[in-house]
Amino acid sequence: MENKNLVSITDYSKEEIFEILDLAADFEKNPNQNLLDNKVIATLFFEPSTRTRLSFESAISRLGGKYIGFTDASSSSVSKGESLKDTIMTVANYSDMIIMRHPIEGSARWASEVSRVPVVNAGDGANQHPTQTLLDLYSIRKTQGTLDNLDIFFVGDLKYGRTVHSLLQAMAMFNTTYHFISPKELRIPDEYKLFLDRKGLKYHEHREFDGIISDADIIYMTRIQRERFSDPMEYEKTKNSYVLKNGMLDNTKSNMKVLHPLPRVNEIDTDVDENEKAYYFTQALNGVYTRQAIITHILGLKK
Amino acid sequence: MVMDDKKLQVSAIKNGTVIDHIPANSLFKVIHILGLEKIESQMTFGSNFESKRLGLKAIIKLADIFFMDDDINKIALVAPEAKLNIIKDYKVVEKKIVEVPDTVTGIAKCGNPKCITNHEGIVTKFAVVSKKKVAIKCHYCEKITDSEHMEIF
Repeated sequence: MENKNLVSITDYSKEEIFEILDLAADFEKNPNQNLLDNKVIATLFFEPSTRTRLSFESAISRLGGKYIGFTDASSSSVSKGESLKDTIMTVANYSDMIIMRHPIEGSARWASEVSRVPVVNAGDGANQHPTQTLLDLYSIRKTQGTLDNLDIFFVGDLKYGRTVHSLLQAMAMFNTTYHFISPKELRIPDEYKLFLDRKGLKYHEHREFDGIISDADIIYMTRIQRERFSDPMEYEKTKNSYVLKNGMLDNTKSNMKVLHPLPRVNEIDTDVDENEKAYYFTQALNGVYTRQAIITHILGLKK
Repeated sequence: MVMDDKKLQVSAIKNGTVIDHIPANSLFKVIHILGLEKIESQMTFGSNFESKRLGLKAIIKLADIFFMDDDINKIALVAPEAKLNIIKDYKVVEKKIVEVPDTVTGIAKCGNPKCITNHEGIVTKFAVVSKKKVAIKCHYCEKITDSEHMEIF
């Protein structure tokens, strides 16, 4: 069955994920296709996210569509106290699809239930960011040739990083071996370990980063934010322990790629950028193809 | 008629339902979940009886009230060990245990303060992810609330 919306990565079956990845591969070969002629897409960003918004707007533009919307809640009627339901029901009258980013968790699910046009979740608080997950899956499959039986190392903020949580859930369909590398305060929450236990998947937790990545097929880096630490001393002590340096890549597998959802601050040294194992900027480019695939798939414009 | 010491502490009913083995601190939640505030039948509430299993338990006796399974199972969230005695003509004609349902709609509050259901007037919906030690997963924010942190509307 095809989904009318994209709210949570767990709503999608393996088959549907592959359909979207195959479509994205088609858009990579041929990015400019006028499939959204006469279509209007709403991009509602209740909190700013320049990178995600530009990626969506680029995808819409390459498909020949038009977009309307706002870039943060202060420039919308939300600042006058309008409910999310009212905003969505109104904007659904003006558009063929709603793409939304919202700081409140579950907002996209709620919007999808009140909207008469499809809703795509571009991030709802710490909950889900499924288009990021799909572009991560696309990048992994493209660089590894498969999604099956890979060793993925997640590094950094594994407690709050929703991209980590969603990718972890999606990769559970592919017999992944997980490695979690984080400071104690930001370790992977128990509910995700329970989830992997129930699926019978292997995972390893590490505090040290250096010297353990030789088995990695993918290293998924994330940003460690100061405000996540209850103790600022702890942040100062750990902030440099989870930085990827170019020299650390010497003894890694030849197929290994470094991914990062971006923006990066200092957790990947800039000299890594020149290394052929660095993939994060191409990953961001893949985001445009993947979002073209998601939009056209949901609107039934391309099989 | 044989009655044990515990049951002698409250008067017998002719027809109706006795709900036993309610944790004492869940009594008012059970009253609320079953909507007993709005019912005009005779009812007796007893609380803080000693119980080997629960520590302190509560009991509810309701004259002329009988529940559908779906309705009574709602109390399993706060009283998973509750037992029902259906009384007809002063006799227990049926005993039932409550079953934790697979889904919970509109009773519990999501424990996540950042959940949309705590910001807009939305009927909450949960999937029950653990029945032994009750835990529910929000349909909206996908976060899990366990029985210790569960609030009932």
